[in-house]
Amino acid sequence: MANRINMRDRYKHMTRLGWETSYQPMEKVFPYDRYEGIKVNDWNEWEDPFRMTMDSYWKYQGEKEKKLYAIMDAFSQSNGHLNISDARYVNALKLFLQGVSPLEYQAHRGFARQGRHFTGEGARVACQMQSLDELRHVQTQVHGMSQYNKFFDGFHEFPWWHDRVWYLSVPKSFFDDANSAGPFEFMVAIGFSFEYVLTNLLFVPFMSGAAYNGDMSTVTFGFSAQSDEARHMTLGLQAMQFMLEQHEDNVPIVQRWIDKWLWRGYKVLSLVSAMMDYMLPESPMSWKEAWEMYFEENGGALFNDLARYGITVPSYAEICAKEKDHLSHQVWGILYNHTAAAAMHTWVPDDAKMNWLSEKYPDTFDKYYRPRFEYWRDQEEAGNRYYSQTLPLVCQTCQIPMGFTEIEDPTLVAYRTTEYSGDKYHFCSDPCMKIFTDEPEKFCQAWMPPQQIFQGNCGGEGLPAVLEHYKFNLGADNMDYAGSPDETNWNKWKGLDGAGDGQVKAS
Amino acid sequence: MAVTAIGDYPARPRDGVENFHGNQMVIVGWDHHLMIDAPMAFPLPPGMPFGALVSEVMPVAFSAHPEWEQIDWSTVVWQLDGEAFIPDLEASLEDNGVGHKSLIRFVTPGLDGIGGSGS
Repeated sequence: MANRINMRDRYKHMTRLGWETSYQPMEKVFPYDRYEGIKVNDWNEWEDPFRMTMDSYWKYQGEKEKKLYAIMDAFSQSNGHLNISDARYVNALKLFLQGVSPLEYQAHRGFARQGRHFTGEGARVACQMQSLDELRHVQTQVHGMSQYNKFFDGFHEFPWWHDRVWYLSVPKSFFDDANSAGPFEFMVAIGFSFEYVLTNLLFVPFMSGAAYNGDMSTVTFGFSAQSDEARHMTLGLQAMQFMLEQHEDNVPIVQRWIDKWLWRGYKVLSLVSAMMDYMLPESPMSWKEAWEMYFEENGGALFNDLARYGITVPSYAEICAKEKDHLSHQVWGILYNHTAAAAMHTWVPDDAKMNWLSEKYPDTFDKYYRPRFEYWRDQEEAGNRYYSQTLPLVCQTCQIPMGFTEIEDPTLVAYRTTEYSGDKYHFCSDPCMKIFTDEPEKFCQAWMPPQQIFQGNCGGEGLPAVLEHYKFNLGADNMDYAGSPDETNWNKWKGLDGAGDGQVKAS
Repeated sequence: MAVTAIGDYPARPRDGVENFHGNQMVIVGWDHHLMIDAPMAFPLPPGMPFGALVSEVMPVAFSAHPEWEQIDWSTVVWQLDGEAFIPDLEASLEDNGVGHKSLIRFVTPGLDGIGGSGS
């Protein structure tokens, strides 16, 4: 039997990517990590924080996934979907599969690309490893949710929807922006801002929401992914520190990227805020509480650490602090307005939920939002559920309908407008407008869902043609939860009142 | 500022008016009425009279609001692209200065949304 080499040597031999090229100059082999303006003195300062070889990666992750799939099989065989708190909960999973899982795949692609383009071998190997993690995550998420797809609407065309449906343009355009940036900006965008700073605001709501609502399949996925996420956070922070330590000229560039990407991530997370506060029948915490804990406290400590490099908290943190009392309510209102064109259900919160919202948002919910919901409920009871019949203006940067208000007046939409090359561009906020004016050539070509519909690129004129283009099962994937096949089926399975009327709402 | 790129990066705006088949995109927002979640956008011919926008187009977006029927149009305060504005209902959108992606806002004095909540 051949002698086995030790771990350290094995790592060295199995990850040899760093040599000086001789047929072509290094700058032609690695052009992409130079043009962004980041100065690097010594690539050896960026070591691979994972120090894993492929064989150990397969072995470790293989063991982990065997356990995960065993639990998912058990969940499926025992009809685990019947143990969730309520069928409304499933809409959080629809949002996750439509909006988040495709980003895992995008992250897989993005990290694979950086795994080619960084000059330093430590950075390349680490990015390749993370790329594999991200591919596993999207696969396990799709498998985990396939059980729900057998019983509920709103899952079946998720990749098609991700590329076309208006609200999914929010997460899609976010990641397209990152993947079309250079490798260093990508690391600040995804590795640092999203994976390190904001990840808790994405995963904790979904995973603790799953736990509170009896969804053991999703909880198990969450635990399985956790050890990967810890490594990703390490890489994101290390990439940041590397840039900041290599040259002082890098600091203002990095600061601009942090400002851009924390804001872009925050806007994507506004969808999560609505999910947390409105979709979860049992809520572990409010959006406001999560923001305070994971951004204001944890993020505050992080920025204290980064202060020694000259990095400061983004100036808009004050906007977020004031907006945390409004965000989820405004986004749920947006989704409620346009549910006819969404592959998920919305609904008016019941009394218990509204009371919970009043308690969590004492300064804002009763004053600004409860009257709207009570009016909508009255209309619904009169058989007149309100659906918007028109298309909203969406922000040119974050692509969310312009339903966000001025910080000093929550009854007025915040309008920001600029002109570029003879055309007007509209934004929901100062930070979204600044992102545009920093790179107008990039954002003037954004694929804006309403404009694309008007231009005839989404199946034709009118909502029916667009929904057909979206491949919705009309009256099943979209519209209110009340009267949906999801509701009818759930009541039948659980033997609840209202079962058996069998009425599928016509579109 | 300009985008930092590895090569040429010409601006190619995707939403120029030439892509809208003779229409222009017009945006209308009703202040203090956020039950209608956002300003709404419409592809409209530039020759459409402003009055038709008010009587035919805007109701599709706003008439579901309980205060729509109560609007006294003689008191409505208009804004076009950030400036105070008195529309000529007989004249076309174009002649009223409404261009592609113009933003029209209107305020209805005395009507402050459902229960005065701005909704």
